[in-house]
Amino acid sequence: MNIQDPANPPLKDKDYASNQEVRWCAGCGDYAIIKAVQKTLAAVGAKKENTVFVSGIGCSSRFPYYIDSYGFHGIHGRAPAIASGTLLANPDLDVWVITGDGDGLSIGGNHLLHILRRNFNCQILLFNNGTYALTKGQYSPTSLKGQRSPSSPMGVIDPPLEPAQFAIGAGARFVARAIDTQQKQLVDILTQAYHHQGAAFVEIFQNCVVFNDGMTESFAAKSTASDAQVMLEEGKPLTFGKNGERALKCDPGKLNLKVYDVGGEEDDGHCEILHDPSNRTLAFLLAQLELPDQPLATGIIYNDPSPSYEVETYKQIEQAQENSQRRRMNDVLKQGFTWTI
Amino acid sequence: MSSELCFTELDAEAPDSAVVRFAGDSGDGIQVLGSQFGLANAMAGNDIATFPDYPSEVRAPAGSTYGVSAFQIQFGGRNIRTIGDAADVLIALNPAALKVNLDELNPGSLIVVDEDAFTTRFLQKAGYEESPLESGELDGYRVIRIGISKLTLAAVSDLEVTKKEAQRCKNFWALGFTFWLFNRNRGATISWLQKKFAAKPHIAEANIAALNAGHAYGETMEASHEINPCNIRSAEMEPGTYRMVTGSQAAAWGLAAAAELCGRRLGFCSYPITPATPILHHLATLKDLGVVTFQAEDEIAAMCSAIGCSYGGALGATATSGPGMALKTEAIGLAVMAELPVVIINSQRAGPSTGLPTKTEQSDLYQAVYGRNGDTPVPVIAARSPSDCFDATVEAARIAVTYMTPVIMLMDGFLGNAAEPWQIPDMDKLKPIDTAHNVPRDEERPFHRNSKTLARDWVSPGRPGLEHRIGGLERDILSGNVSYDPENHQRMSQIRFDKVHNLTKDLPPLNVEQGELWDELAVVGWGSTYGPISRAVMNMRAKGYSVAHVHLRYMYPFPKNQCKVLSTFDRLLVPEMNMGQLVSVMRDADCPPAEGMPKVTGRPFTIAEIEAAIAARLEVKS
Ligand code: SF4
Repeated sequence: MNIQDPANPPLKDKDYASNQEVRWCAGCGDYAIIKAVQKTLAAVGAKKENTVFVSGIGCSSRFPYYIDSYGFHGIHGRAPAIASGTLLANPDLDVWVITGDGDGLSIGGNHLLHILRRNFNCQILLFNNGTYALTKGQYSPTSLKGQRSPSSPMGVIDPPLEPAQFAIGAGARFVARAIDTQQKQLVDILTQAYHHQGAAFVEIFQNCVVFNDGMTESFAAKSTASDAQVMLEEGKPLTFGKNGERALKCDPGKLNLKVYDVGGEEDDGHCEILHDPSNRTLAFLLAQLELPDQPLATGIIYNDPSPSYEVETYKQIEQAQENSQRRRMNDVLKQGFTWTI
Repeated sequence: MSSELCFTELDAEAPDSAVVRFAGDSGDGIQVLGSQFGLANAMAGNDIATFPDYPSEVRAPAGSTYGVSAFQIQFGGRNIRTIGDAADVLIALNPAALKVNLDELNPGSLIVVDEDAFTTRFLQKAGYEESPLESGELDGYRVIRIGISKLTLAAVSDLEVTKKEAQRCKNFWALGFTFWLFNRNRGATISWLQKKFAAKPHIAEANIAALNAGHAYGETMEASHEINPCNIRSAEMEPGTYRMVTGSQAAAWGLAAAAELCGRRLGFCSYPITPATPILHHLATLKDLGVVTFQAEDEIAAMCSAIGCSYGGALGATATSGPGMALKTEAIGLAVMAELPVVIINSQRAGPSTGLPTKTEQSDLYQAVYGRNGDTPVPVIAARSPSDCFDATVEAARIAVTYMTPVIMLMDGFLGNAAEPWQIPDMDKLKPIDTAHNVPRDEERPFHRNSKTLARDWVSPGRPGLEHRIGGLERDILSGNVSYDPENHQRMSQIRFDKVHNLTKDLPPLNVEQGELWDELAVVGWGSTYGPISRAVMNMRAKGYSVAHVHLRYMYPFPKNQCKVLSTFDRLLVPEMNMGQLVSVMRDADCPPAEGMPKVTGRPFTIAEIEAAIAARLEVKS
């Protein structure tokens, strides 16, 4: 609960905007994302001075300049490492890592893997636009096979990396998928990510109008969204379609999810699954759902908190201090074999 | 030079110093043996220098030549500056140890061998066709053959130890004998054993029994007039409390001390790499002092998380070696651009690429001074001895925090592993590192710059009203906002340059270590060549040569008076464990031309090599 202090009225969305001119292309999905982040910051009552946005390199990584808080625009791929150090120095900070599919999954794949595994307490937003936008449109690790770009004129031949699967595989304890245009869901996810203790990974599909326009069309357009997405809600069945007429349920005898027509011939009512974000096996199955035969899972795929790295670090320090008489370097230097002349 | 040690005459004059080399299989406990012997000598009032020489393989097959572990120590009655060019005594616990260490001995040296280990099998493993004890190969040496293995078993036969445990006491038997050879006290080793094996008192007891047996064996040899112990003169050490310290330990403690001196937490982020890793190990044991250590996923992450630590308000630091340094390069540039203090320790090893990881080299002066994209000046300082790694690290941190810049501290694998007695500093007497000057006062301006040092304020997240953005992009000189303005980039580049060059105002002037200005030749060194150069110059001056020793600590920028000082000499000679990097860095700074003396064998210079180089360039003055 936020206790309101009349001298310091709660900040509004706009109060979190910096005085810098935003330089993204008109129509870029980044605008919707920054709006959602500002809404979230206002909703959770984030303190500007305690909030740090750390980014790497790419269109998305310009983000910190546009938020009126502390910000560190790092080098390509390394934002997770900078954020880890910042949290080690001051675990009380609210750290947000802003990265993209190239920054986070290609050059910075190693760091993303390890910040998730270690579970540093931060929010990691990966803007997935399927292209290297800032360097003008080369294909990225999430580009689909066949995608043509200046560096793949005959089409991409390497299979894409799927961010949510990567994150779960890396040991992340909070994995969500969102879409720039679905504001309500995005704010809701970001709010939960903010409150999550540990690394919260949010993949956000972001439309790059210049180099990969229409990437989200097939699953995010008004006409397609309800059929192409299963929007996850805790404790609810995995239904989708305009009127919830289809559902994902167990495929008997197989470790699989299968699309059923609700109440249809095959649906005998025994195989229903209610979304349980703490179920890692289910999370994997959900992350693996692939268009067009299956719906894309959006929402919070996995959420099962465990102790975060910086908390454990300071626990060890406390423990060491409890078991030791040493307090200063003088105590250390004089310990062990010494002799006096 | 032949060994001057005499183990025959009782009343022989005590020699100035002795060099002892212990060698055996990796599993023989040679390093423990060596460091205990070192400690005993130091406590007996000798100055000492020690160096472990262990194989690069983790567990090489027993008895093989590449599995030989050695430890060299020089101890004596004057300032000991090196571990000695060659040994006077070799304690060899197997044939392979004898074989690979024979080259390290002075003619006429004393060799003590464990005769029991010279079996056909071990001789074969060492590549001997005939036993060197019989072949005449050792004729120029004085060889003492002792059945150390069997005598060790006999010494512990009454105790409740397994055969394996008994065999493992062999090194303490050898230590006991070596103690007797130099009339050294066993007390410190006995209490060390009691403490170390407090949980296994029977092991302590067995090792002590072996130690005493080795010592007693010496006494019986003495009684039968076979050999006499040799007394080494003790040194006049400055009064104070001492301890042994390795360079890695000193560097680690230097970081923790620096953090204490500036009232910040130490955030040490590092990735394992030979030979820098022990620094991480030492710091990981200082959690009770609030030290945070972070083993990052790679070198880049180590540097970036160190930057993050400093950004978050701790003193960020990292340690690495050449190849790791290469990986950190881009991030070091980020620290320069973001103007954050980070101490970067580079424990250099033989390069290029993976090179010779366990061998020492002054390989990275170029990399430290020049190795970044853009105009990216970074102060570079170098440590000259194991204990100096403490001072050099504290100084690096002081510069980093005062000027808000990353600083590179160069040490090397030799300094990292070598040990020497160290007069323990009192933290209360060290000058605190002032951070007040760069904590922002002006609530409106997070990019305030100190007019004297040009350092930016150290503004960490958490402070209300000073929210701002930093990063690798060029910023406006006043607002700190991203700026592509050409004039601004020119000015900011100048500021970054001036900031680091301003440092020369604060640096102590370059002094001549030994000799005088206007001597004919100056031997100019940096880093770990200090030991051999200083001893060689001392010896040659005593012989009447007009030679001086100048030793550099500040590798970038150079102290203001450096070129002037160097121009007083007729000739400059620069022995370096690389292909001549300082020579060209000096040329670059308009210092007078110098002659290089490169050595890249992976081993430190010997005193004799430098003496010969001096002799070849000068005539003796009467
Ligand atoms: S290039 Fe694409 S991703 Fe970058 S700002 Fe423009 S629309 Fe956005």
